Amino acid sequence: MKTAQNTAQAESQTATNGATMTPAETASPQVTEMHPIKMTARKVDVFYGTKQALFGVDLEIRDNAVTALIGPSGCGKSTFLRCLNRMNDVIDNCRVEGEIRLGDTNIYGANIDPVLLRARVGMVFQKPNPFPKSIYENIAYGPRIHGMAERRAEMDEIVETSLRKAALWDEVKDRLQEPGTGLSGGQQQRLCIARAIAVNPEVILMDEPCSALDPIATARVEELIDELRENYTIVIVTHSMQQAARVSQRTAFFHLGNLVEEDETDQIFTNPRDKRTQDYITGRFG
Amino acid sequence: MREQEHIVKSFEEELEAISTQIAQMGGMAEAQLAAAIDCVTRRDIALAERTVLEDRRIDEMEHDIEEQTVRLIALRQPMALDLREAISAIKISADLERIGDLAKNIAKRSIIVIGDYETPARLMQGLARMGKLAQGQLKAVLDAYAGRNAEEALHVWRSDAEIDEMYNSIFRELLTYMMEDPRTIGACTHLLFIAKNIERIGDHATNVAETVSYLVTGEMLVDERPKSDQTTTTAISALRDTQ
Repeated sequence: MKTAQNTAQAESQTATNGATMTPAETASPQVTEMHPIKMTARKVDVFYGTKQALFGVDLEIRDNAVTALIGPSGCGKSTFLRCLNRMNDVIDNCRVEGEIRLGDTNIYGANIDPVLLRARVGMVFQKPNPFPKSIYENIAYGPRIHGMAERRAEMDEIVETSLRKAALWDEVKDRLQEPGTGLSGGQQQRLCIARAIAVNPEVILMDEPCSALDPIATARVEELIDELRENYTIVIVTHSMQQAARVSQRTAFFHLGNLVEEDETDQIFTNPRDKRTQDYITGRFG
Repeated sequence: MREQEHIVKSFEEELEAISTQIAQMGGMAEAQLAAAIDCVTRRDIALAERTVLEDRRIDEMEHDIEEQTVRLIALRQPMALDLREAISAIKISADLERIGDLAKNIAKRSIIVIGDYETPARLMQGLARMGKLAQGQLKAVLDAYAGRNAEEALHVWRSDAEIDEMYNSIFRELLTYMMEDPRTIGACTHLLFIAKNIERIGDHATNVAETVSYLVTGEMLVDERPKSDQTTTTAISALRDTQ
């Protein structure tokens, strides 16, 4: 119910913003500023050994919105994304300082189990990486290790719901026992999204989810992202400026390990405040 | 050079080309407006005929700019400042094309007036001054575009009231001529439209000013522009009272 309200609010906001894009309007509360904050990063520094990769990043991630992280290669956007579900923990010499909160919980707190955290903050990678198992097992794996289903019927339901949410059900419902790796690239990526959804996460992180897909498969995933926004918070790293503009409501621009600018997506792509952002999105970076 | 150059040189060149064409089109609109005013004040039928024909070139230019800009948007997907350049080019060229049309219409009407009516000197001076004001506005706004100067554009935007006031007084003056001698109604109506056209040209110059301001700052002007055209509410009875 709350989500539906939020969406309705967001829509009416978009409508008014679209009608008159004026300085007065842009100064007033914006579309996503109506959304509550889901995750908060405060003064996040990341080091790989002695090399510092992120410098004091402060960022708020809004609920039921898509936040796009953009910036040139090596700017730290993927590093930041991986901080949000402690994927950096698995890298030996990586050290994260500062604070990242999911709701009220400090995710780097001593009592946090990274595995449970990653059920709340799921992830989809650049290359589709289905398990070498059946389509069904790909989805069922997460819910099973988290003990989410007791009976077969419950698991069947989770699998179907997840595949439906990932807009894949109609394409695979007759071949759930076939290997996930036999699907097309675009279908595999949607399978991975379904797998991430299956454990009922609150936040979904996507690291260039479409860079290995053709334009049609990309469009399907983008459409899916837009639908998922109603129920999840999504953070996406993308190299495609157009994709960031198309799918996100907020955009954060990273450069040389710094968060340069974060704002409404339409603001970033029509009238960014920072010169570096403008140079990057218009293709002027020297 | 206003910004650091694009990594893709051909993109840079295409943007430059569009901007240059707008400047050229602006020059043509200025020349047409100057010629149209001369037709009226110098009673030059030959010039009027040339001016009417010349308008076709502005139309072609608009078509050209639109085509190039659409192509640029489709192939380059411009962002931020570049996107505003593209959108502004389409909007400004449309305004310039309208200015060209209005100048052509002035020239056309002048041909009829010249053959039909000995325009009183005072009225002629009024029209000439109004024409000069519109020319000044158009020149200033084209300079603001060339220099990407929002301040100058804003100045043009605010100065339009002067043209409106001139128009008001010419409107009243023409009404009195027509009341005095109904045989002048035909010619005076044409003169009235000529004045109205000049006033409209001023409005298009302020449209361009708004676009230039948006191009530079990224924000649309919201304030209601000071409007001084009172002719929509001027009645003949009111004129009688003031005489």
